[in-house]
Amino acid sequence: MATTEQYIGQRLLRKEDAKLLAGEGSYIDNQSMAGMVWMALVRPPFVHATIEAVDTAAAAAMPGVVAAYSAADLQGEWAAGLPMVWPNTEDIKVPTHYPLAADKVRFAGDAVAVVVAATREQAEDAAEAVSVRASALPAVIDLEDAASDRVVIHEDLGTNKVTHWSHGGAGDQNVFDTAPVIVQERYTQPRLIPNAIEARGCLAYGSPAAGEFTLVSATQIPHIARVGHSIATGIPQNKLRIIAPDVGGGFGSKLNVYAEEALALALARKLNRPVKWIETRSENYVATIHGRGTLHDCTLAGTEDGKILGMKFVELADMGAYFQLLTPGIPELGGWVYMGPYDIQAYWYEYTGVMTNATPTDAYRGAGRPEATFVVERLVDAFARRIGMDPVELRRKNLHPPFTEATASICGLSVDSGNYEPALDRAIELADYAQFRKEQTARRANGDGKQIGIGVSSYIEMCGLAPSNILGALRYVAGGWDGAEIECRPFGKVVVRTGTSPHGQGHETAWAQIVADGLGVTPDDVEVLHGDTSVSRIGMDTYGSRSVSVGGEALRRAVEKVREKARKIAAHELEVSEDDLEWTDGAFRVKGAPDKARTIPDIATSAWHAHSLPADVEPVLEGTAVFDPPNFTWPGGTHICVVEVDTDTGKTDIVRYVAVDDCGNVINPMIVDGQVHGGVAQGIAEALYEEAIYDESGNLASGNMTQYLVPSATEIPAMLLDRTVTPSTTNGLGVKGIGEAGTIAAPPAVVNAVIDAVSHLGVTHVAKPATPERVWRAIQDAKAKGSPEATPGSQGGAA
Amino acid sequence: MTQISVTVNGTTHTADVEPRTLLVYFLREHLDLTGTNVGCDTSSCGTCTVHVDGEAVKSCTMLAVQADGREVTTIEAMAAADGTMHPLQDAFHRNHGLQCGYCTPGMIMAAASYLRENPSPTEEEIRGSLEGNLCRCTGYQNIVASIIDAAGVMAGKG
Repeated sequence: MATTEQYIGQRLLRKEDAKLLAGEGSYIDNQSMAGMVWMALVRPPFVHATIEAVDTAAAAAMPGVVAAYSAADLQGEWAAGLPMVWPNTEDIKVPTHYPLAADKVRFAGDAVAVVVAATREQAEDAAEAVSVRASALPAVIDLEDAASDRVVIHEDLGTNKVTHWSHGGAGDQNVFDTAPVIVQERYTQPRLIPNAIEARGCLAYGSPAAGEFTLVSATQIPHIARVGHSIATGIPQNKLRIIAPDVGGGFGSKLNVYAEEALALALARKLNRPVKWIETRSENYVATIHGRGTLHDCTLAGTEDGKILGMKFVELADMGAYFQLLTPGIPELGGWVYMGPYDIQAYWYEYTGVMTNATPTDAYRGAGRPEATFVVERLVDAFARRIGMDPVELRRKNLHPPFTEATASICGLSVDSGNYEPALDRAIELADYAQFRKEQTARRANGDGKQIGIGVSSYIEMCGLAPSNILGALRYVAGGWDGAEIECRPFGKVVVRTGTSPHGQGHETAWAQIVADGLGVTPDDVEVLHGDTSVSRIGMDTYGSRSVSVGGEALRRAVEKVREKARKIAAHELEVSEDDLEWTDGAFRVKGAPDKARTIPDIATSAWHAHSLPADVEPVLEGTAVFDPPNFTWPGGTHICVVEVDTDTGKTDIVRYVAVDDCGNVINPMIVDGQVHGGVAQGIAEALYEEAIYDESGNLASGNMTQYLVPSATEIPAMLLDRTVTPSTTNGLGVKGIGEAGTIAAPPAVVNAVIDAVSHLGVTHVAKPATPERVWRAIQDAKAKGSPEATPGSQGGAA
Repeated sequence: MTQISVTVNGTTHTADVEPRTLLVYFLREHLDLTGTNVGCDTSSCGTCTVHVDGEAVKSCTMLAVQADGREVTTIEAMAAADGTMHPLQDAFHRNHGLQCGYCTPGMIMAAASYLRENPSPTEEEIRGSLEGNLCRCTGYQNIVASIIDAAGVMAGKG
């Protein structure tokens, strides 16, 4: 069937923008209701403590206070604890996790009481009046300390080591002992704090008499949250509606079933009042999930001439004090990309999940895959330094050869398609690689105070979450499909209901492009509805760069169903057989007589008035599809970062940043570029600036935006972007997803560049983030050990 | 309670406020001008930027009582009366300068104030002027491009 592609691939400006630019966004804190009351939580005085008494009497007597409750007061509200949906091993130890802590607190966000009052200020004042008597326990934050079980956080589990998952390995494991070159490295990746610029918040209301409730929440996952909150509160799913309004950024931090949402629902039910809660930023730093928090022991087996034989990784991963929705599965999401884009013969990955007295970790911007890519690309650079080979040439030598059909990978899964070398070539070209190497050589020879470093990161992602059968095999308790419904209104307008739940990704625009091309209408004719379980019935929401490759493909299939039905009606009205029709120039036309035609608006109108439909055709032109992907999608590419490091101060400036990504076919290149920009900025932040820091008592020392460096426009450079296109074989659109590419690729590109800049001084390692102090200390330590002679043209560095 | 009189977007409002009420909550909760968002509690993120007597101010750093007798402009008043977008709003649209949109009102207010001060800034100057405004979606690239674009449009009109 010929299709006229007018809109897919075009830089269409966003339909979302007008109201957001006018200040008319529907963000959660812009919503209120008659009779609404405010909820505030009482966070604990210590990060690890036994609770002796919680006294809410003084708070309850404060002005405006409607109610004040401890955990014991609300225990009857819960049908179950907060859900965790990825019990990834048979013997995983799962801690009990209720919205309020009863006997013990285990992290700084572990609330012990809740207060409800007429105003936001009254609720906050009253929360401060709740008296909590607790006796502090030793806290464990450091991963190895926690893994030693010196302090056990959940006594009933008997250990902090709650899960151990092994990929099981592939290929000849002997290479890790017998290869001519063995490189062993240890890399730590600190916790990151997501910092969506809108913190969390929710508004719960309903009718206790009818047993029906609605939760409006700044969430990425209305559909999954409906299941989760139904489990926790006991409100049946058919009586529970979840609405995601405009959401001010998610990045995984709003991909959860949170205590505060469950509390708001339970209190709306108990008090018969709309209950609103808005998280403060300081609260967000301890109560909303963190990302990363890992320690990897890494081994690379290679040859003297630069062939990678195998890579092996053994990881400790910080789970935090409880499991949130996906916590134990996050490292495992990275567990399938530890080969990178390389053609290797041996693979090993295993991890141990460790409880600590810190905020639970969960999916954050890349979720497992940035952690994996960082250690792979650091390790590959360490190998290049060891054997004195150019890191680009080493990567080129090892890249997997191109393939256009799904192909079995050493990781054990099938990769949809891949062609990695063109992206590497293009990145080198855009980065002026040879020129910067010359500049580097000259500055090294001069002993310049500002040294040039070039960092390369070639990567592969596993996106498009996810094939349901694979999720099942991995013990994830839900599916990975998504749905779309198309309703063609009479006279030409189209309503789409998508199961994805965008919060900045531009689905209203990109989905309209898909439908406009498929149905011969304009994007302005298409309204895309989302983020409400009563509006878009069938959905699995937005995360994991899945929306276009799963939800977008479901939409493409729904378009086909609409056209199948429309073809029957067109044939009937034109008095020809269906075979005599062809879809061309946005209409069904009679072959050989193209003026005899019916457009989708024509047919939608006929199907709506239904005065003369074929006998086997139901009224209303609509189509619904649910797509379960047969495979993941596997984007890839190469990023190159050029830095200038001041060897006197350790300060790094990015001179050039190049990203060449392959996300398959592109629906809207403007949106795709925007996704890369944001991801790379986060990757640079992770490499140079951001880190959750704890004091000796386990308190978060970087506890707000003044102490945790979220970079501004002055820290983030302009980026040069390009793309290669290797269509995915997983879906009919040929798309792979782009939401996380930058975050996955950028951190090792930047850190590799920093190390490269000072490797001639003997520096082989700088921990992430590579702050001026860390870089300066690395230079001083290398000098103290005695540096190798700077050799112009060599990659430098000690083995 | 303290009585204040503030001119917001051209209309003078007289209201009784608690002395601790921040200007941003006065705008959002007393006047229902919810276009100005709140992103932090440490005056770090710039999301709540408005104009006070023509200067960009983080409206969480100022008490409502301090705005007594002054003129405040918010994102709601940036478009013309007939709905035509301000050149900055239009440039943000054309350059994909927003994704989730939450930081956008603050970015536009900060940029509008800066462009009055420096009508033809360099890219580096624009980046410097945005130091107090955080965005997590765009990597700033298209925000900066939007402001350069708007500066050109505004200079052409001037």
